[in-house]
Amino acid sequence: MSVTDPTASTLSTQSAFGVNDQSEEERARTWYERIPAAYWVLAVILLIMPAMASNFTLDQIFGRTFIIGMIALSLMFLAGYGGMVSIVQMTIAAVAGYMVAIFGTSAITAISLGWPWWISVPLALVIAVLFGTAVGALAVRTEGIYTIMITLAIASAFFYFARQNYTLFNGFSGFNGVLPPKLFGVDWRGARALYYLTLFWATLSFLAVLYVSRSPFGLALQGVRDNPRRMAALGYNVNAHRVAAYAFAALIAGVAGVLNVWQYAQISPGTAGTGPVIDILVIAVIGGMNRPIGPFIGAFIYVVLKTFAIDILISMGLSGDRFQLLIGISFLLIVFFSPDGILGLWERVRESRKRDPLTDRGGGAP
Amino acid sequence: MRSFIDRRPVWSLIIFCGVAFLLWMIFSVWPAWLIDLIGRKKVFLNAVFNGVTLGGLYFLVASGFTLIFGLMRNVNLAHGSLYLLGGYVGYWVASTTGFWLLAFPVAFIVVGAVGVFLQIFVFRRMEGDDLRQTLVTIGISIIMADLMLWAFGGDFYNINPPSWLGGPVETFFVTGVKRSSGDLIFMKYPIVRLVIFAAAVVIGVGMWLLLNRTQIGMLIRAGVDDRDMLAATGARIQLVFVGVFAFGAGLAGLAGVVGGTFQTIAPGEDIRFLLASLVVVIVGGMGSITGAAIGALIIGLAEQIGSVYFPTYAVVLTFLIMVVVLAFRPQGLMGRGG
Repeated sequence: MSVTDPTASTLSTQSAFGVNDQSEEERARTWYERIPAAYWVLAVILLIMPAMASNFTLDQIFGRTFIIGMIALSLMFLAGYGGMVSIVQMTIAAVAGYMVAIFGTSAITAISLGWPWWISVPLALVIAVLFGTAVGALAVRTEGIYTIMITLAIASAFFYFARQNYTLFNGFSGFNGVLPPKLFGVDWRGARALYYLTLFWATLSFLAVLYVSRSPFGLALQGVRDNPRRMAALGYNVNAHRVAAYAFAALIAGVAGVLNVWQYAQISPGTAGTGPVIDILVIAVIGGMNRPIGPFIGAFIYVVLKTFAIDILISMGLSGDRFQLLIGISFLLIVFFSPDGILGLWERVRESRKRDPLTDRGGGAP
Repeated sequence: MRSFIDRRPVWSLIIFCGVAFLLWMIFSVWPAWLIDLIGRKKVFLNAVFNGVTLGGLYFLVASGFTLIFGLMRNVNLAHGSLYLLGGYVGYWVASTTGFWLLAFPVAFIVVGAVGVFLQIFVFRRMEGDDLRQTLVTIGISIIMADLMLWAFGGDFYNINPPSWLGGPVETFFVTGVKRSSGDLIFMKYPIVRLVIFAAAVVIGVGMWLLLNRTQIGMLIRAGVDDRDMLAATGARIQLVFVGVFAFGAGLAGLAGVVGGTFQTIAPGEDIRFLLASLVVVIVGGMGSITGAAIGALIIGLAEQIGSVYFPTYAVVLTFLIMVVVLAFRPQGLMGRGG
């Protein structure tokens, strides 16, 4: 009863910046010349953003986008390069957040150990990675569509467990007053500081995913996604590659989880409730799971929709609290008409513009 | 059965001892040391009964889920929403007409019709694309959850069973001995839960007979084994798909009415029952009705006994069962292949 790999057809990947069809002339250029102009423009805009935008925009829109985008990026790495759609990424982020609250300082002094950040944060990341690896080791025992079911079951189990358990997770109310350390005399919860902090880590994880996807490990992982049996026959340990992918994704999600708990200064079971957990999948699908930039686009759309949902809904004649309906319908439309997300839509439009009407082939390299 | 004992003598012995011990715990009058150890027998028996009847409810939800998956390879993550919809429809029917029994067929038909609609207009358009189908069911569950929240609000609803099913009934299970007279004390249990559990068993046996003893069942089993080959022999497979989807969805609706009578219906219950069916079919094995029954019984018992004897870790117990099954038998207890 083997399920053929469902992701291979819908999520077939071209690596970002078109590294597969490098021409000779392109190979001659140095690495920074190969980055498309659009990325330079984006980088400059993001760097000077604090000069233009309000604190609310920096904190609530861009800060959120980067954090949620990182979690969705970790899902994109697993799904896009590994063919494993894991719903557990938000839970891993929540585990990291909880560990920061438990080992570090919070308003719940009865549970928090109050250790300094340079112990609590690495420890939280280690535990998050261990958790992610354990989930991965379980999930890779089955294939394809089962992964969604198992990870969804684990994510919900964590939510109910954290809500029931008062000795470790402080039950329903969770932890509040989890503040970032005042490093270098900067208040890292201030809008600008948080913006640059999240921007830094988002960029770093974006580059890390890009780098890993082109490394021998990443290429082997994509091979495993496309044809696990052939890779096994070639002598690759298929399951080890998959578990390692889970571990790497868990690290990214863990960093995002630490930033998340610092931004809100609190964490509760609701952080990893079934709603937010599934939202991460929705975000990655809306943005597109073929390229690392997709999750950030999806996260931006999601955050903007969520922030301005009331205005959008009222302009459509609905009451303001129908946000989930709006998200659900846009998700359904994307899955129906463009399975590879907004990015896929954009690529198809661009390709059809370039298409040669006689040969019906795409014109030139992307 | 015979072959299982031959193949796994040690496991058979362990299972046999476990079952025998459980039966002894249920039927005997407990000695004093056991009461000192884990408390009164009444508490234990109540937990077992609640677990078994909850298992019946889980079976109703999960059997539809596993049937749909087995035939169509469609992981219907909107199954919990169908359950909740059935509960709301049942509540509405029962409270407006006053007939509790009427709620069952109406919920079955309405939710089954929703299933037909979904199969014809959504899933048929993306057949063979498992991941996309699953994503679509997530989208549908988000939309349905919000629409139901809109229509029914965040209140808790409870479907009241009729008076002839109200109140407890005395069973023949001994809970203890009266100290003064030496008479046996028998357990009292809500009759409605027993009736519903019996109905679940009847439905389960009926489904098994339908699948294993009829022409339609033969078609469905053939489709589970090899869908393409069945289509090639000229069977009208699309009709079978629609029928099975409608039946599975209808069962979820039926279970919604049962759940509304047992417990309450409220936003969030959809996810709870989706999770329960996921765990049940992961434990029992995908696409197997017998597996769903065994899985539902195990999970129901684990949940209830866990919540009585170690309340904060009840969820972990359920989860541990899933992990152990995945570790030793990734295809589930009754699953094939692997």
